[in-house]
Amino acid sequence: MARMKFICDAERCIECNGCVTACKNTNDVPWGVNRRRVVTINDGQPGEKSISVACMHCSDAPCMAVCPVDCFYRTSEGVVLHDKDLCIGCGYCFYACPFGAPQFPQAGAFGLRGKMDKCTFCAGGPEKDNSAEEYRKYGANRLSQGKLPACAEMCSTKALLAGDGDVIADIYRQRVLTRGKGSEVWGWGTAYGKPGQQPPAAQPKS
Amino acid sequence: MKIAKWVGAVALAAVAVLGLPGCGEQQQVVVYKQGKYQGKPDTAPWDSPQWGGEQAKWERAIETRTLNQNEYTRH
Repeated sequence: MARMKFICDAERCIECNGCVTACKNTNDVPWGVNRRRVVTINDGQPGEKSISVACMHCSDAPCMAVCPVDCFYRTSEGVVLHDKDLCIGCGYCFYACPFGAPQFPQAGAFGLRGKMDKCTFCAGGPEKDNSAEEYRKYGANRLSQGKLPACAEMCSTKALLAGDGDVIADIYRQRVLTRGKGSEVWGWGTAYGKPGQQPPAAQPKS
Repeated sequence: MKIAKWVGAVALAAVAVLGLPGCGEQQQVVVYKQGKYQGKPDTAPWDSPQWGGEQAKWERAIETRTLNQNEYTRH
């Protein structure tokens, strides 16, 4: 088993927010917390691009590195989860995350910050699988039921793909080859170089 | 006069003893150490009663779902 990953196909995303709604509904996410959101670049202009963003379950997660109480862990499937009983709601992970994934519910009066909440890849948390306690703290555990995250399975255009990184990368590659475009999508060139151009050389580790 | 010389010598010795460590080069860079998870242990998804600990069965189910996202090969 490789690592569980999300890919969002910017050519397919129609900004319907179905993924956001599916996530909210499946995990009973509290008001003010958005585990997933749709970001649109050049909104309203021809050629606008939308992309659905949540926790990307990084292989070398910065949230994990900065947590002062070490409440993060990575499962054998590569899903980054955390223990809410240990979280102190300091917000370091929010500053460290490049995707703005960690969210903080208002826990009381005067804007008191609660324990961090984020996308779990619908894998629950460190409680008994599919228990009421797990659902209350972390939301649904679809992965233990043999299902993929609700956001990806609900996506109407299948812009959002979830699953084994190698498998969904193959699906995306097939799409790009079939439609004959997509390799020029922003982000792709940065990582792999533009068509007919060599990818950026790897930087040697100092 | 003798006492003043003696006090001066002691003061010079004190300055030398206390001032010398200031000339040393101490490492100022914080060395990062990766923390270790301190929370409760979690179980694997295939450890639920539905899969009975059969990892391969669970992986097959997930792979089927993952491949179903590809409409070019879906039947």
